Amino acid sequence: MSDDKLPAEHAEGHGEVAAADNPFADPGLPAHQVRRTDIDERAAKRAERQVSLLFVVSMLATIGFIASYVSIDPDKIVYIFPLGHVSALNFALGMTLGVALFCIGAGAVHWARTLMSDVEHPAERHAIEADDEVRADVIEQFKTGAGESGFGRRKMIRNTMIGSMALVPLAGVVLLRDLGPLPEKKLDHTGWDEATPAVPIRLINMNTNEGMKPEDIAVGSLTFAKPGPSVLRPEGLQESDDDFQEAIAKDALMLIRIQPEDIKDANSAGLGFQGVLAYSKICTHVGCPISLYEQQTHHALCPCHQSTFDLSDGARVIFGPAGHPLPQLKITTDSLGYLVATGDFSHPVGPSFWERSE
Amino acid sequence: MKKLSARRRHPLAALVVLLFALAATGGLYAAFAPAEAAKADSSAQSLKIDEGKRLFAVGCSSCHGLNGEGSSTGPSLVGVGSAAVDFQVGTGRMPAQQPGAQIPKKKNIYSQDDIDAMAAFVASLGPGPVVPTADQYTSTETDAVAKGGELFRTNCSQCHNFQGAGGALTQGKFAPSLEGVSPKHIFEAMQTGPQNMPSFPDSTMPEKQKQEIVAFVRYQSNEAPNPGGLSLGSLGPVTEGLFGWIFGLGVLIAIAIWVAAHTTKAKKS
Ligand code: FES
Repeated sequence: MSDDKLPAEHAEGHGEVAAADNPFADPGLPAHQVRRTDIDERAAKRAERQVSLLFVVSMLATIGFIASYVSIDPDKIVYIFPLGHVSALNFALGMTLGVALFCIGAGAVHWARTLMSDVEHPAERHAIEADDEVRADVIEQFKTGAGESGFGRRKMIRNTMIGSMALVPLAGVVLLRDLGPLPEKKLDHTGWDEATPAVPIRLINMNTNEGMKPEDIAVGSLTFAKPGPSVLRPEGLQESDDDFQEAIAKDALMLIRIQPEDIKDANSAGLGFQGVLAYSKICTHVGCPISLYEQQTHHALCPCHQSTFDLSDGARVIFGPAGHPLPQLKITTDSLGYLVATGDFSHPVGPSFWERSE
Repeated sequence: MKKLSARRRHPLAALVVLLFALAATGGLYAAFAPAEAAKADSSAQSLKIDEGKRLFAVGCSSCHGLNGEGSSTGPSLVGVGSAAVDFQVGTGRMPAQQPGAQIPKKKNIYSQDDIDAMAAFVASLGPGPVVPTADQYTSTETDAVAKGGELFRTNCSQCHNFQGAGGALTQGKFAPSLEGVSPKHIFEAMQTGPQNMPSFPDSTMPEKQKQEIVAFVRYQSNEAPNPGGLSLGSLGPVTEGLFGWIFGLGVLIAIAIWVAAHTTKAKKS
């Protein structure tokens, strides 16, 4: 573009110029400056082509997205330099979608900056409030309306109206009933509650799927257990069971062993067997599985909100939001020497709920 | 014979005779001395224990007592076994740099021979888990990684994170990251339960399962691909959110500023 197409000199601003007698004069808008594309048709054509190129790239990227979605095997892993081994599909989808969106944005911005008109239009701002006359008129009308309705005079209408308005939200509250039937006694019971001293339930090691003897549980060790065969579940709880997740969310146990003289809570020691203690693995705050067990301090920490339980002291809460100690299971050994439970947990497992019996 | 007698006046003759005499005495002693005593004194094991005891006195006894009986600053080592020594010293945790909530890992200053000697000495104090051999911690099964992953999620992930990236515990303690830890040390940690980690003895987690966990952890830190590209430490939503807010939004803001600051006005200059 040759220089002669440019305006020779920028026009003066059209505001007043600050002078000695008025140092705060309104300088007004600066003069409008033309863009290269405004005065050079070739530049404008080029900008147009650039914008459409960006949009076309975006279209191609979208097609690429669909193509990679249908053609790339989800299991395929490729090596891409700074990233390392990545999933080819994830990479392709992310790249193409990113390019598609970016090009639309870049195209729009480029279009707005180079081709759309950029002439400044001043818009004056005005006060929002109406003038006094209008306001006085509205207040007058309101008063007339109120007088005609007799709202202030007819107390009965007023009171019943307020009453009905106050009651309407109750309809919404009633709808909350749709949130489902109450849990009834389901939360009070676990897979261990069938156990009785006469028909105990064995503790099954989650790793080996076998019963355990007290001598297997070393001081300082941590073992996870689930219920063994019972009347209702002759096979014991199996991972293949339909309701395994639901059941293990209440039944899961952590087994630890503490030197009997280190157990501070006599009741808890009584529920255990020779220092082997079986606690619920479910946090009593909102039910996260906890088992961050520190074998020297005997603290168990919940990773969700940092409730800390002292397992040597009846799982008392020593820190955090949990409201109850962890439930403990009464255990002993059967005639073959395996660890068994002889009853349900000391109190309901997991978080508090309204109908909780204690 | 002539040759020999011809040299009998050689200056070294007396030395040779002396050596013969000494060898003969030694041989006779070995032949007639009480067999038990000879065995105990010369066996490599007892030499190692002695050597270990010496190293122990220098490096460990100020906390654990001269005979590993423990003191107010360090626990008794009777019955912890050689695996515990191999782990603690081999990873540089012992000797501890300073007492605190948790003894951190640091550079190991002992040679493996020194560690073995100390381990032998500590093992002689009482029976405990023994340093594993390579075939104890290496699994040859093809499905070890998959099985190990399941065991890891049941037993380890609560503290060490689902990928073994480690995590926080109470009062300044933490579960360290498992990335790059040697298979032997992972195995020993499970056997012995170092510091606040619970132990997983063979009675509740058979050796084979420990092998599988080792296989899984090694796979995670060595070969596991990263489907999304950036792992961001595999820590989960916290780092991901932070990255999104700071880098994602930050870049967008920077672009917006750039776009606004660059004018397309035609200028003469
Ligand atoms: S769920 Fe355990 S502290 Fe909140």
